Amino acid sequence: MGKSLFEKVWEAHAVRRLSNGQTQLLIGTHLIHEVTSPQAFGMLRDLGLTVKFPHRTFATVDHIVPTDQRQEPFSDPLADGMIKELRRNAQEFGITYFDLASGRQGIVHVVGPEQGITQPGTTIACGDSHTATHGAFGAIAFGIGTTQVRDVLATQTMALSKLKVRRIEVSGSLRPGVYAKDVILHIIKKLGANGGIGYAYEYGGDVFDKMSMEERMTVCNMSIEGGARCGYVNPDEKTYAYLKGRPYSPKDTAWDEAVERWKGFASDPDCTYDDHVVFRAEDIAPSVTWGISPDQGAFIDENIPTFVGLDAAATASLKEALEYMKLAPGTPVKGIPVDVCFIGSCTNGRLSDFREVAAHIRGTKVAPGVKAIAVPGSQIVDQLCRNEGIDQVFTDAGWEWREAGCSMCLAMNPDKLIGDQLCASSSNRNFKGRQGSPTGRTILMSPVMVAAAAIEGKVADAREVFDLALV
Amino acid sequence: MLPPITQVSGRAVHVPGNDIDTDRIIPARFMKCVTFEGLGEYAFYDVRFEQDGTPKPHPVNAPERAGASILISGMNFGCGSSREHAPQALYRHGFRAVVAGSFAEIFFGNCTTLAMPCVTLAEADLAKLAAAVDADPSLEVTVDVQAKEVRYGKMVLSADIPDTAHAALVNGRWDPIGELLEGASNVDQTASRLPYLTNA
Ligand code: SF4
Repeated sequence: MGKSLFEKVWEAHAVRRLSNGQTQLLIGTHLIHEVTSPQAFGMLRDLGLTVKFPHRTFATVDHIVPTDQRQEPFSDPLADGMIKELRRNAQEFGITYFDLASGRQGIVHVVGPEQGITQPGTTIACGDSHTATHGAFGAIAFGIGTTQVRDVLATQTMALSKLKVRRIEVSGSLRPGVYAKDVILHIIKKLGANGGIGYAYEYGGDVFDKMSMEERMTVCNMSIEGGARCGYVNPDEKTYAYLKGRPYSPKDTAWDEAVERWKGFASDPDCTYDDHVVFRAEDIAPSVTWGISPDQGAFIDENIPTFVGLDAAATASLKEALEYMKLAPGTPVKGIPVDVCFIGSCTNGRLSDFREVAAHIRGTKVAPGVKAIAVPGSQIVDQLCRNEGIDQVFTDAGWEWREAGCSMCLAMNPDKLIGDQLCASSSNRNFKGRQGSPTGRTILMSPVMVAAAAIEGKVADAREVFDLALV
Repeated sequence: MLPPITQVSGRAVHVPGNDIDTDRIIPARFMKCVTFEGLGEYAFYDVRFEQDGTPKPHPVNAPERAGASILISGMNFGCGSSREHAPQALYRHGFRAVVAGSFAEIFFGNCTTLAMPCVTLAEADLAKLAAAVDADPSLEVTVDVQAKEVRYGKMVLSADIPDTAHAALVNGRWDPIGELLEGASNVDQTASRLPYLTNA
């Protein structure tokens, strides 16, 4: 009987069984950033250990970097201390580090694929829950805690229990104005924020086959918001085309061998899954969240739920969400006033995201009183956008064009909401306080929907604002 | 070997709600640090304190709950970011065990490696325990990892914990680093079969 990609990759990387029944799993590629690694290096030093495979460890700085003025020292001394610490650790242990001056710095989940470090059939770990992004390439990629970062640094392995695999198929064709972000928001809404616990998600079927690599990254990125530890798409010709010629991709004859090997990792047609879910692409409309968990979402033409027919627990969670969001039950999501618009993050901060928005916002203006910022996911994304004049399109339309980093996705740098500002955001989390203010509010949506909100000053249907249905 | 964690006893505090995420357990701005020291005071910070630092009415702030070592919550506790700062903040605040309806995976694993057991109860049992704890701040609760039970007064509730975490805790193997290091030669063998690891 056939095997899924997950099983094949797992078997190829399983080192041995541990005494508690977990597997010691080899991690081929270790990505690190400044927030979750310093304590791990500290533990390494305390234990007198070193980095086992420094050549398989890659670092960059993303969470704390300012996106406006990057002169060092940073205005925030804590942030400044963190970048210095990462530099010291990378240097001391011989780790490749894409620093600010490298031209290759950016959000770790943008940098890995961009550099060709992310490859099919590999295992990847990073002290960051959105590591699942790399699954777009047919890698099995885990977000891990800091103690596990220590484990991977010291042993290139970690202790893990095998996951089950749920195949999620979206069949048919997406309607105009419906994007990868809408697909994943819909999946999370349907399966729940904890529906994926214990699973790896395999995304397959027409819609994912047709998606570009960047769209697949958007989907895999938010696997964790659905509770799944990792998510992936089987590698195909698009995957290989994307990787060809990247700095860390195999070269010359090694390239052909690699492609042959990668093909072998794709799930066999006759493999079985622990669970199988099918959605119809035609059922999906542009989506937004209205609450404080990513599964609290609605289509743009729907209303916020009411309390009718809810049990006690559901009532409590709806009440908590609406109180925090300062929204009323039963009211339309369309028309909610926004204060800030943010396009960026490891979910939607890539060239195709900015390109798509730029195609629609020429000649428009951000509504008065709305602050709109566009933050490329990496210095390379920034450069590619500049080459195409995309930054200019944004600034002409009243947006601030910033430098690469996580920025307002989690606001560990100076980009923060103030008070109870409401942000239309292309990022991945709408948790309480996520965007830097303990009372700040977040509505998740696709970049094009964020752009529509920026123009209207309220949550809007991008299909109407940009005539997308007619495209 | 590390000290086996067979049971944890103490007074408890109930933080109600489902999907309590790690951003709520430790807001991102407190992660600008290069060690975990001192994180305990920031546990649940934004729901415990006003922006000017005055305490809000939150179960963890209640004076009669000071020194509680068992945390009780709802479904999908610890979802969101993989930040180990979250379990570190809880541990350094003084918690030694967490009881909930379910746990997000990364958080669960992070807690286990800190020797802070996370056990789940069936919904009705969790509600019973929460009500008893809410009613009596001095109630002694025992999380018996070994026996997979949560006990208080005369009540014995059957608790669940995955076998792997159970074995790791009761056998004093909750920090896997020792065993992972022992496997070094096996690791090299596995690595030698994977071209992307050796070609560099
Ligand atoms: S962009 Fe947001 S979700 Fe992605 S790595 Fe940065 S902080 Fe995390």
